[in-house]
Amino acid sequence: MLDFLASIGRIFILFLQATGRLTLFAVTGISHCFRPPFYPRLIGRQLVDMGYYSLPVVGLTAIFTGMVLALQTHTGFAIGAETAVATVVVVSFTRELGPVIAGLMVAGRIGAATAAEIGTMRVTEQIDALSTLSTNPFKYLVVPRLIAGTIALPLLVFVADIIGMFGGFLVATYTLDYNPRGFIGQMWDTLSTDDVVSGLIKSAVFGFIVALMGCYNGYHSKGGAQGVGSATTYAVVSAAIMILVSDYVLTALFFSS
Amino acid sequence: MSDRVKIAVRGLKKSFGSKVVLDGVDFDLHEGESLVIIGGSGSGKSVTVKCVLGLMEPDAGSILIDGVEATRLAGAERLGLMHKFGMLFQGAALFDSLPVWENVAFGLIQGKGMNRARARDIAIQKLGAVGLGPEVGMLSPAELSGGMQKRVALARAIAAEPEIIVFDEPTTGLDPIMADVINDLIIKCVKDLGASAISITHDMVSTRKIANRVAMIYKGRIIWSDIAQRIDHSGNQFVDQFIHGRADGPIQMEIRAL
Ligand SMILES: Nc1ncnc2c1ncn2[C@@H]1O[C@H](COP(=O)(O)OP(=O)(O)O)[C@@H](O)[C@H]1O
Ligand SMILES: [Mg+2]
Repeated sequence: MLDFLASIGRIFILFLQATGRLTLFAVTGISHCFRPPFYPRLIGRQLVDMGYYSLPVVGLTAIFTGMVLALQTHTGFAIGAETAVATVVVVSFTRELGPVIAGLMVAGRIGAATAAEIGTMRVTEQIDALSTLSTNPFKYLVVPRLIAGTIALPLLVFVADIIGMFGGFLVATYTLDYNPRGFIGQMWDTLSTDDVVSGLIKSAVFGFIVALMGCYNGYHSKGGAQGVGSATTYAVVSAAIMILVSDYVLTALFFSS
Repeated sequence: MSDRVKIAVRGLKKSFGSKVVLDGVDFDLHEGESLVIIGGSGSGKSVTVKCVLGLMEPDAGSILIDGVEATRLAGAERLGLMHKFGMLFQGAALFDSLPVWENVAFGLIQGKGMNRARARDIAIQKLGAVGLGPEVGMLSPAELSGGMQKRVALARAIAAEPEIIVFDEPTTGLDPIMADVINDLIIKCVKDLGASAISITHDMVSTRKIANRVAMIYKGRIIWSDIAQRIDHSGNQFVDQFIHGRADGPIQMEIRAL
C-alpha cells in the first residue's frame, strides 16, 4: 500500500516538474517575442509553412465534416429539419469544429514537423552551433514558430469555417433538396460575430499550443534518431490533448458569462 | 606566441548523474598558441570545450576568458563573448535548412548584423580559402561529402575572424589525405587570423602537425601537458601508451557499458 502511494507521489512530482519546465519554456518564449532581435523573414517562412501549406488538409477535412454534419442533422431531426441543419452546421462549425479540426490537423502536420526539425538540430549540435555564432537559438528557432503558429491558425480556421459551411450547403441543396436561397438565408441569420470571434480566439490558443509543444519537445530531445522520434510523438499527442482540454476551458469561459 | 593567457581553466568539474566526466580539469591557452587536447573516446574532451564555450554549465570550477569569468555570464553577455570564438563541431553541425554560403555567412548576418550581399561575398571568399569554389555555395549541406562538410564548417568557424578557434575532432572519419588537407587548412587559417586554437583529437598524426602544446586528458583530469616536441619523451606511461596506441598499459579501456 505504501509502495503504491509512493509511486503515485513520484508520478505526481514528475508531472509537476514537467509542467513547471513547460511553463517556464512558454513564459521565456513569450517574453522573447517582445524583445529584439526579431526575425521577420523566419516568421514569414513559418507562416507560409504552417498556414498556406496546411490549407489543402484543413480544407479537405473541413468540407467533409460540413457535409457529414448536414447529413447527420437531417436524419436526426424529423420535423423542421431545414432550420436545424442550417443552425447546427453554422453554430457548431464556427464555435467548435472549425478550430478543433484545424487545430488537430495542424498538430499532426506542424507539431510533428517542428519537433522533428528542432530535435534533429539538437542532436546534430546545430543548436549549439547557433550559440557559437552569437545567435540565441531560442529567439531564432522557437520565437518565430510561436508567433507564426498563433497567427496562422486563426487564418486557417477562418477559411475552414467558410469551406465547412459550404460543405453543409452542398449537401443541403444537392442531396437533401432544400431551397438554396432559403437555406443560405437561414445560415446567414444564424451566423453570429460572437461565435466566429470566439472560435478564432480559440484557434489562436491552439496554434500557440501546437507550436509550443513542437518546439518544447524538439528542443529537449536527446539520444539520436530514436530521441527525435519520441519527441515527435510526444509533440503530437500532447498538443492534441492540450487542444481538447483548453477547448473545454475556453468554452466554459466564453459561454458561461 | 605570447605570454598573455587567453583562456585559463581551473578545477573544472562536470558530472552527468552519478557519472563523473570532468574531475578538476586545469589548463591555459596562451595567445597565438595551438593547444591540442588528446584523450580516448568518451574521456570528456568535447564536454571540456563545451563548458569553455558555455554550451554546457560546469558543476564547479573557473573559466577565465581574457580575464573575464565566463561561468557567471548569461544572456546577452554570454552571446557577446561568443564573438571571440569560432567552433568546428565534431559532426560539422551545418544548418541543413540553409545553403552552404548562408551557413558560412551565418555569423556575419545574424551575429554581426552585416547585410546579406556583403556577407555573401565574404562567404564565397572564405569558401575559397578552404579550397571550395563559389558553385559549392549554392548547394545544400546534405549534398556534400564528409570532407567537404568539414571544410564548410571550417569556413564557417573562421568567417567572423574569431580570436579563438576550437576544433572538435577535425580529422575524425576522414581519409588520411583529406585529414592532411584539413590539418593544413587549420594551420593556415589559424596563422592567417593570428588566432589561438584549441583542438581536440585522438589522431596523433594530426596532433604532431598542428600542436604547439599538447595536453592529455584521462579520468577527468589533465594528466600531462607540455610543448609538442616533448611528446615522445614525456616519461609518462599514459602518454606513451596513448601515442603508440597500445592495448596494454596503465590505461584500461572501459569495455563494460556504463
Ligand atoms: N549531454 C550529455 N548527457 C549525458 N552524458 C553525456 C552528455 N554529453 C557527454 N556525456 C558523457 O560524457 C562522456 C564524455 O563525453 P565526450 O566529452 O563527448 O567524450 P569525447 O572525449 O569523446 O569527446 C561520455 O561518456 C558521454 O557519455
Ligand atoms: Mg567528442
